[in-house]
Amino acid sequence: MQLSRDELKRAYQRMFTIRAFEERVEKEFAAGNIPGFAHVYLGQEASGVGVCHDLTDEDLIGSTHRGHGHCIAKGCDVKGMMLEIMGKAGGLCGGKGGSMHIADLSKGMLGANAIVGGAPPIAVGAALTQKYKKTGRVSVAFSGDGASNQGTVFEAMNMAVVLKVPAIFVFENNGYGEHTAASYSVGGGSIADRARSFGMPAEVADGVDFFAVHEAMGRALEHCRAGNGPYALEIRCYRFLGHFVGDPQAYRTADELKEARANDPLPLFRKKVTEAKLLEASELDAIEKAILTEVEDAAQTAIAAPPPDLKSLEKDVYARY
Amino acid sequence: MAKKSYRTAINDALRSEMRRNPDIIILGEDVAGGQGATGDVGVVGSVFGVLGGLYKEFGPTRVIDTPISESAIVGAAAGAALTGLRPVAEIMFVDFVGVCFDQIYNQAAKFRYMFGGKAKTPMIIRATIGAGFRAGAQHSQSMHPLFTMVPGLKVVMPSNAYDAKGLMIEALRGDDPVIYLEAKTLYDTEVEVPDEAYRIPFGEGRVAREGKDITLVAFGPMVPRALAVAETLAKDGINAEVVDPRTTSPLDEDTILESVEKTGRLVLVDESPPRCSLAADVAAIVADRGFKSLKAPIKSVTCPHTPVPFAPVLEDEYMPNPRRIEAAVRAVMKFD
Ligand SMILES: Cc1ncc(C[n+]2csc(CCOP(=O)(O)OP(=O)(O)O)c2C)c(N)n1
Ligand SMILES: [Mg+2]
Repeated sequence: MQLSRDELKRAYQRMFTIRAFEERVEKEFAAGNIPGFAHVYLGQEASGVGVCHDLTDEDLIGSTHRGHGHCIAKGCDVKGMMLEIMGKAGGLCGGKGGSMHIADLSKGMLGANAIVGGAPPIAVGAALTQKYKKTGRVSVAFSGDGASNQGTVFEAMNMAVVLKVPAIFVFENNGYGEHTAASYSVGGGSIADRARSFGMPAEVADGVDFFAVHEAMGRALEHCRAGNGPYALEIRCYRFLGHFVGDPQAYRTADELKEARANDPLPLFRKKVTEAKLLEASELDAIEKAILTEVEDAAQTAIAAPPPDLKSLEKDVYARY
Repeated sequence: MAKKSYRTAINDALRSEMRRNPDIIILGEDVAGGQGATGDVGVVGSVFGVLGGLYKEFGPTRVIDTPISESAIVGAAAGAALTGLRPVAEIMFVDFVGVCFDQIYNQAAKFRYMFGGKAKTPMIIRATIGAGFRAGAQHSQSMHPLFTMVPGLKVVMPSNAYDAKGLMIEALRGDDPVIYLEAKTLYDTEVEVPDEAYRIPFGEGRVAREGKDITLVAFGPMVPRALAVAETLAKDGINAEVVDPRTTSPLDEDTILESVEKTGRLVLVDESPPRCSLAADVAAIVADRGFKSLKAPIKSVTCPHTPVPFAPVLEDEYMPNPRRIEAAVRAVMKFD
């Protein structure tokens, strides 16, 4: 499917926003402005953006601990995200969630999730709602290669097949779950095969190439929207950094890290669209410039923002003791 | 005697017991780290570094990295324990027991009783507890009341490195499932710890500070907080006794009751939502068995009935903090 110039610009805009946002997160984390942990999405931009490109605000996604990229791909506001990650008032969850719990229901973003394997069952429920209410919308469950070993994920896949709901299981295989390689932890080696064994179609897509992901997702959407039940994608990608910002990564060689960086989805996208004369390099440069300003503004705003009001501690509960 | 950190003390206990007993194995996520990767294996030693060097010494047959599959980790530990091994399973953050609670409370906890006393289940589940790490709602809980209410589980909450070692060795030599809760904010705290092995029996609390005016009972990471507040109060002439029960099941009721008999006043410090907390539990025990000793109502300092918030200002207020502990003590002291 040929994308329009505007659509291509939007895809690059989102991928570059993720890149700039996560690089800023890395920097602000090191500067002590981000409490807790930060798991960044650097290197996986084409995956989230390719998957979410044709989704509307009414389509749902359930995310993971590595959720910033999914949020941006689904259209969440970067200032609201930065405020949230820094634990400030005005954050997308009022500062009560943090990096691992960003959610924006108005964008169909059902939350990052700090429990590995937490999202797929929830995404099945969200898909059930779509089927029940005949909305024609789909629900996407993001998981990693590590999460593909969690029982909740198996149960969710099987139930999605049994209930024939429009759920798309997206497995972002970046080769690692924390500090353990997928080649060690994923018995049988193929996540796509696992999904197939539950009785849904599954394909493997090159997560470095936005177009490959987008096309595979197109087939998944067609399948789900036609009422044929769930679909799975195993997206092969690279994790540029460690598991979290600051991970010393002695378990990866320098060569491997270099190889990961060489598989960068952003230059590949630029190359493809400029060589095909779909977009000019200058147009892409202009997008980058605007985004850097936006991310700078988000970071400055978040650093300067006040913390949440102490009164919010006991807000949104039904009982106090 | 050398000072050692809480982290090192646990490592010491595991290492020396693994040397002594070949049936002890460790399993969990990244307990070695680097399996299948291009670089070094064993460099992680569990995410808080507690198991550093164990893979190097004991190798992959005894320090076993698992997939991310908590139900299978804990269930496999239970099955291995039932059939002759002594597994130490790691659940990185206690919050993740939500994924595998069946294997803990319906399976491991029940074998001995349900099978008419024929079964032994010598296993340990190590998990980190506690807020204050800016880790958000799903990586900051404590859950000790949940385990404490399950018959068949022993629940250990070391508050310092000395106890951490002695309680771990006790757990490794026992025959029942033990939930061993490590306070993630205490890993770097140090006290004097002997090099040789020693056991601290379960159900024997400790008077961490002697005092005559009021008793503070605190659990796990709240013990150092209670001690710090006691020092502040001492400057105002309030002499607080601090009791550290060390294990919540079995619970040393006598040490608590003896202390309250002496002081007549009790404040509980428990990092848990208030309902069905250890604070509520101990208050009920003292109201029942120690009623005559009491000169004032019992007060509890707990968390609010909410999930753990992320923003540091909210999280600090969420936890039983020095200000709230001090206020509770002063309120109880004023009562007559
Ligand atoms: C139930 C549960 N177990 C373990 C963890 C700790 N943990 C957080 S992320 C992670 C690795 C996940 O790997 P993967 O699914 O491949 O995602 P990636 O980090 O590569 O994006 C682990 C083990 C957790 N958060 N939840
Ligand atoms: Mg992964």
